[in-house]
Amino acid sequence: MDTLPILSILTWLPAVAAVLILFLPQLIKSPEAARANAARWIALVTTVIVFGLALWMTLAFDETKSGYQFVERADWYGMIQYHLGIDGISVLLILLTAFLMPLCILASWTSIEKRVVEYMAAFLLLQTLMIGVFCALDIVLFYIFFEAGLIPMYLIIGIWGGKNRVYAAYKFFLYTLLGSLFLLIAIAWMAITAKTTSIPDLQAFEFAKDAQTWLWLAFFASFAVKMPMWPVHTWLPDAHVEAPTAGSVILAGVLLKMGGYGFLRFSLPMFPEASNDFAPFVFALSGIAIVYTSLVAFRQTDIKKLIAYSSVAHMGFVTMGIFSGNEQGIQGALFQMLSHGVISGALFLCVGVIYDRMHTREIAQYGGLVNRMPIYAAVFLLFTMGNVGLPGTSGFVGEILTMQGAFNVDPVTAMVAASGVILSAAYMLTLYRKVIFGTIVNPALNTITDMNAREILIFVPLVVAALYLGFQPNLIFDQTATSAVALVDAFHANFK
Amino acid sequence: MAINQTMTAELFFQQVPYILPEITLAAGALIIMLIGAFMGDKGARLVTWLCVATIVAAGSMAVLHMPPEQVVVFSGSYAADGFSAYAKLIIALTASSALLLSIDFLAEKKLDKPEFPVLALLATLGMFIMVSAHDLIALYVGVEMQSLALYVLAAYARDDARSSEAGLKYFVLGALSSGLLLYGCSLVYGFTGSVNFDVIAAQVAGERSIGVVFGLVFILCGLAFKMSAAPFHMWTPDVYEGSPTVSTAFFASAPKVAASVLFARVCFEAFGPLQKDWLGIVVIMAVLSMAIGALFALQQTNIKRLLAYSSIANMGYALVAIACGPEFGPKALLVFVSIYAITSVGLFGVVLSLRNTEGERVETISALSGLSRSNPLLASALTMLLFSVMGIPPLAGFFGKWEVILATSASGLLPLAIVLILASVVSAFYYLRIIKTVWFDEPRIAMVPVGASTTLTLTGATFVLAALTLVIGLVGSAASIAGAGFH
Repeated sequence: MDTLPILSILTWLPAVAAVLILFLPQLIKSPEAARANAARWIALVTTVIVFGLALWMTLAFDETKSGYQFVERADWYGMIQYHLGIDGISVLLILLTAFLMPLCILASWTSIEKRVVEYMAAFLLLQTLMIGVFCALDIVLFYIFFEAGLIPMYLIIGIWGGKNRVYAAYKFFLYTLLGSLFLLIAIAWMAITAKTTSIPDLQAFEFAKDAQTWLWLAFFASFAVKMPMWPVHTWLPDAHVEAPTAGSVILAGVLLKMGGYGFLRFSLPMFPEASNDFAPFVFALSGIAIVYTSLVAFRQTDIKKLIAYSSVAHMGFVTMGIFSGNEQGIQGALFQMLSHGVISGALFLCVGVIYDRMHTREIAQYGGLVNRMPIYAAVFLLFTMGNVGLPGTSGFVGEILTMQGAFNVDPVTAMVAASGVILSAAYMLTLYRKVIFGTIVNPALNTITDMNAREILIFVPLVVAALYLGFQPNLIFDQTATSAVALVDAFHANFK
Repeated sequence: MAINQTMTAELFFQQVPYILPEITLAAGALIIMLIGAFMGDKGARLVTWLCVATIVAAGSMAVLHMPPEQVVVFSGSYAADGFSAYAKLIIALTASSALLLSIDFLAEKKLDKPEFPVLALLATLGMFIMVSAHDLIALYVGVEMQSLALYVLAAYARDDARSSEAGLKYFVLGALSSGLLLYGCSLVYGFTGSVNFDVIAAQVAGERSIGVVFGLVFILCGLAFKMSAAPFHMWTPDVYEGSPTVSTAFFASAPKVAASVLFARVCFEAFGPLQKDWLGIVVIMAVLSMAIGALFALQQTNIKRLLAYSSIANMGYALVAIACGPEFGPKALLVFVSIYAITSVGLFGVVLSLRNTEGERVETISALSGLSRSNPLLASALTMLLFSVMGIPPLAGFFGKWEVILATSASGLLPLAIVLILASVVSAFYYLRIIKTVWFDEPRIAMVPVGASTTLTLTGATFVLAALTLVIGLVGSAASIAGAGFH
């Protein structure tokens, strides 16, 4: 196993495919349509292979060890090293990325009509960068992957997005850039002070108390924007609404998780004292996020925007869990990230299904879909319930655990968060009632067709994942437990 | 090496190898000028290629003859070291690419006369002297040699009123700055009794006289003008816009490397002991340049003016590197300006390729709309260059900024780093505007294919940039070896 650089393969395979796709116009002189088809198939095959490899890697991953596995290390630039490795925290996030990508490609199969070649290349490039973020064990390498993701995402929103795409693309780019540049300064300072950029070494390095405070804030600036946390979440609804369906799926499913991953990988282990000091602050923001954005979601008229605000609320559970600093909280946060990746991804895909048919996302334009689209109604119901956190779906496990974790530290926030669960039921069920139930009012809906085979194929894995994780959460916890416990122990060792 | 040796013939010939690149350039310029004179205008293309070959040869010589440690020759007036060798290589690379870009452009405008390449060659000679200057006389000779050639290049399109205006404006303001520079040199000479950097450094280390500080201020102001650092930047947008685009491509790359390297050498070598005095000046210039470069570019519609403000902002980042002092500054400066200069040539290569359906060249940003449809390769190259100059990883420009930020952390100038990132975000906005026009907007005018030499250079610059990302380690270690030569 030492001989096969599985992480490098996982990371770079999509990029290689992207380059191949970009050279298609040179290879295939024949009509545009042939090129587009070739691009779709190459993208699909690549992402499926990557998923297979990621699955194999997850199975080969030894969950009883707390250190980093599949480590690759080579000198690169000055003290920056090409240093990859995974532990229980990152392994499943990589699997999630690899799992969502083929679905995204399938979802874009017919809905993307113009510039298919560039679209597929951008997505594959994005996959390389996302997997790279979760693999990187060098902080600068992490930053490079983290920041480079802006380029393909900016293009995806701006080229293939909706009406207001340019505004959304700018907002997304500049917001995130400002956050990450503070991170860059902090990284540079840490590199100079600790004389290393290796993440494991930095985790072992003890930064002075004063330094921790501002470093924590710099990291927080970046990850809170990415996450996104209230009040710096305002880019997300715009980006979600304007992005093409697959773009929203990746945004909600993977890109938002980078913020949570960052807190777990950097803020908690590297700045434990600052994390402890700032925990009440994070709790407050999380509590506000859960209640406030749920209320905002309730008032939305655009389906995608509603789901986007609900994402912010659900990310509030994640931050709350992470900064509770105990095992339940962190395990719950990790689980919530994975579950939210599946459920919100699926919800955006659900919106995509009807958007492709009707080209509107206004809730008022829909109603009575159950009459014409029974399969769709069933699928949508499942994910609505998942988003509400109904026991039996994966959404429940993450929420209950993060609340349990938070309750041990700060019962008030936990109670506020619990009210968020009720609010989420309110807005999700209202949405479901308005879109699916009732009689058909809009005459355009009279000819709407149910999901086709390709769409059903997309949802089958998502349904299986959401239910299976709901009934068998141990599947996740077995993988994450050792690393989570190690993280918690190291965190608490600072306060004894 | 001892400074006040009596110059004997033997000693002279011992020292000649250190200035071989400059001799090559000077001799090359004279011979090529003769060739041009005999062949007339039809020899322009040949002359350009000869000039490119000469510059490349000189650049390679500078690197191949690089002494392991700093050697000061000709009675202390001229330094050969890693710092200057690295800078000369970059100057040679960018100057020769800019010359290659000129072939098509000048032929199309019927301006293909041998004078252009020869003047560019002479300017390159000036820049080589600048980066190696080790006394105030060599400094002034280098700066003037470069500037005089550049004034003519700005006014090169004789029949174009804008070009003449640019040349005149450049000349008048340039002469003023040369005056400042010279006045500063005379003050420093008067108060220290020497023009040699080492002697000046030894003098000011002993006793800080206010006269020397005055001289220092004048010298730095003069050099800031050549660098187009704020508040001495006023000429830049007008000259960039009015000059023929090939001349602008030339101004924006190699001279910026030479001026910033010379600026660093003056601060570190001649006035090293006065760091407290120049640090404040450098910091103010850096902050102003970054702010003005970022904010004033927002409203520009002409892509050349926009790139002028972008180069002001980038010189601000270079000044941040200089502010980090002789220990951490040189490496950051070299990495940053070399990547910036290469990107700059590439960006002007794109500007040179833009024409509307009538085949006329256009310079407005809106002319770029839908470029990704009409010319995907050009659009991709432009996008890559812009993301690089924005400093987005994994493109080479990121490593330039990373080095600068690393240096600020090491030298405790974190507030400057914060200004730098704020400026970066603001500038990202206008670079993104170009990318938006290229990719998101519908095509309005069709593009016609561009000339071979433009394509060649553009592809070259993009590939070098892409390759730099992969071999950035090499660049970094080269720069750190080069920067370590300082004392």
